[in-house]
Amino acid sequence: MAETPILSVRNLHTEFAAPEGTVHAVDGVSFDVFKGRTLGVVGESGCGKSVTARSILGIVERPGRVTGGEILLQPADGGTPVDLLKMSPWDMRAVRGPEIALVFQEPMASFSQYYTIGNQIMEGIRLHMGLSAKAARARAIDLLDMVGVPQPARRVDEYPFQLSGGLRQRVMIAMALSCDPRVLIADEPTTALDVTTQAQILDLLRELQQKRGLAIILITHDMGVIAEMAHDVAVMYLGRAVETGAVKDIFAAPQHPYTRALLRSIPTVMAKPRTRLPTIEGSIPQPFNRPVGCAYHPRCTEAVFAACRTEPPPEVGVAGRNVRCYLHGGLPGARA
Amino acid sequence: MINFITRRLLLGVLTVWMISVLSFAIIQLPPGDFVDAYVANLAASGSSVSADEAAALRKLYGLGQPIYIQYGKWITRIITGDLGESMEWRRPVTEVIGDRIWMTLLLSFAALILTWGLALPIGIYSAVRQYSFGDYLFTLIGFIGIAVPNFLLALIILYTAFKVFGLSVGGLFSAEYALAPWSWDKVKDLAWHLPLPAIILALSGTAQLIRIMRANLLDELRRPYVVTARAKGLSEWRTILKYPVRAALNPFASNMAYLFPLLISGSVIISIVLGLPTVGPLLVKALIAQDMFLAGSIVLLLGVLTVIGTFISDLVLMWVDPRLRHQMD
Repeated sequence: MAETPILSVRNLHTEFAAPEGTVHAVDGVSFDVFKGRTLGVVGESGCGKSVTARSILGIVERPGRVTGGEILLQPADGGTPVDLLKMSPWDMRAVRGPEIALVFQEPMASFSQYYTIGNQIMEGIRLHMGLSAKAARARAIDLLDMVGVPQPARRVDEYPFQLSGGLRQRVMIAMALSCDPRVLIADEPTTALDVTTQAQILDLLRELQQKRGLAIILITHDMGVIAEMAHDVAVMYLGRAVETGAVKDIFAAPQHPYTRALLRSIPTVMAKPRTRLPTIEGSIPQPFNRPVGCAYHPRCTEAVFAACRTEPPPEVGVAGRNVRCYLHGGLPGARA
Repeated sequence: MINFITRRLLLGVLTVWMISVLSFAIIQLPPGDFVDAYVANLAASGSSVSADEAAALRKLYGLGQPIYIQYGKWITRIITGDLGESMEWRRPVTEVIGDRIWMTLLLSFAALILTWGLALPIGIYSAVRQYSFGDYLFTLIGFIGIAVPNFLLALIILYTAFKVFGLSVGGLFSAEYALAPWSWDKVKDLAWHLPLPAIILALSGTAQLIRIMRANLLDELRRPYVVTARAKGLSEWRTILKYPVRAALNPFASNMAYLFPLLISGSVIISIVLGLPTVGPLLVKALIAQDMFLAGSIVLLLGVLTVIGTFISDLVLMWVDPRLRHQMD
């Protein structure tokens, strides 16, 4: 992996100030995204996946705030990476759409019901590419055609509520790709869809990636989707990436106890009927009351070291294959 | 869509007819008739009316006949455009009402424009800058606006204007224009007098609409489509104005229908306090005198205007909400 990443997230921190205390929604996440590859970000609900996506685009809503870290974007001409967190709001707007685009979970709620889909697709095109209304419309029709919307010239004038869920998600993808972004963040793009439509949307994403060399960050809680789509994986737990690595390493040799527990809880066709699916003991801790030490230790069956309860484990491993667990090193006092 | 509009129109006609029956019946409700009230009125001022004279008056206005015949006669004349004669003024109703109906409309319309013109931007500001100093300030002013009855406000303004500035702010016209025929100067005079009563009339509605707009917009601002718009790289204000504000405006279109009658009935007391030449004070007087042709005509006219207002608001709602438009196809 000598290639430089298009997008590199380093030690990202995003906090939400609430009257009850500060929630560290993202607490030191690091990962790299490469051209033409898909990074799967996986974790339970509330682990900070979506907030990470919004942090990258700088659209975290109040009272949320990015408080630290770096988000390095490699410029298209290959110059030195720029830190998105240091950009002015005005420059940042030019990143949203032409550089990094977002596809959301809920295709119905993510469209306004008061404008035609054409209107909503053309908006970004006209803003960033400076096309005329006519040219933007032609491009919108082309985009709809590309994502497999039938009769695009007619559909472009329809409203989101006139489309089926699967079509809406295709339109969402067309809208995200409207300004030729280099990075596409798909936040649970298939969660709201039925299984057949899910497969079609995933196929579409893969096809678009091959055609355009798109870098994709695929956020999901579904290990099946990860196995099918991702090249690289980041497993998140309570705002941290606890394990990162290539997809085959993660599935074949998971290192973090949490990753192993996640993989155990996938139903398989091999299992005997009527057996209980293994689950992870306990539940996600209260956001205001995160455990001291390794955030996972209260649920961990392998928390053997005293340090698990006192100090969060550092990231150990080689580039692209990291884990945050004392089982794999980093114990305080031990000489590395 | 054509179907919907025709159905609405037919319903409107039916509503107007029912208003005519109801208004006629309500005017008949108090004991006695116009002649009784007329006789009592004259007796109070010392003169008297002979029994023959009273009977002649009753015959002239057909008051002795059964109610449904009276109604039938009245409504047939109305359909032909003749509103009848005011018993109290002894002049045709059209002449008595005259410009007053237009003044009422003008005042209500001005108040409506003012209400929206103030409430929408303030509501948007309050929602976008929730819990800011400005939001609290407008909330405070808004609650005062809701709590203070507008006739009291009218009195306070009258008093202050007279005491502090030595101005007499009553009426819609200066004395020299009140009875003058329409001219450019009279229009200017009207434009000069209109804002104050319009502001007084608009105040409580504005305060309410600010709350509604703020609540609607706060709801919409948290919707995922707002995040979508931001992720497209739109500027913050463009995002807010194009998406959540548009959605939050929808209830306003349906609100229009009920705001209009509210403004007209609200204007009655203010008109009396400020001496405005609208139909409100006329209606009150006509009801006291049991001048049924005048009162009936005014109630009917206001009813028709309200029905028209509701119809327009339906059309506007259909125009702004694509979901509604497509449901009907």
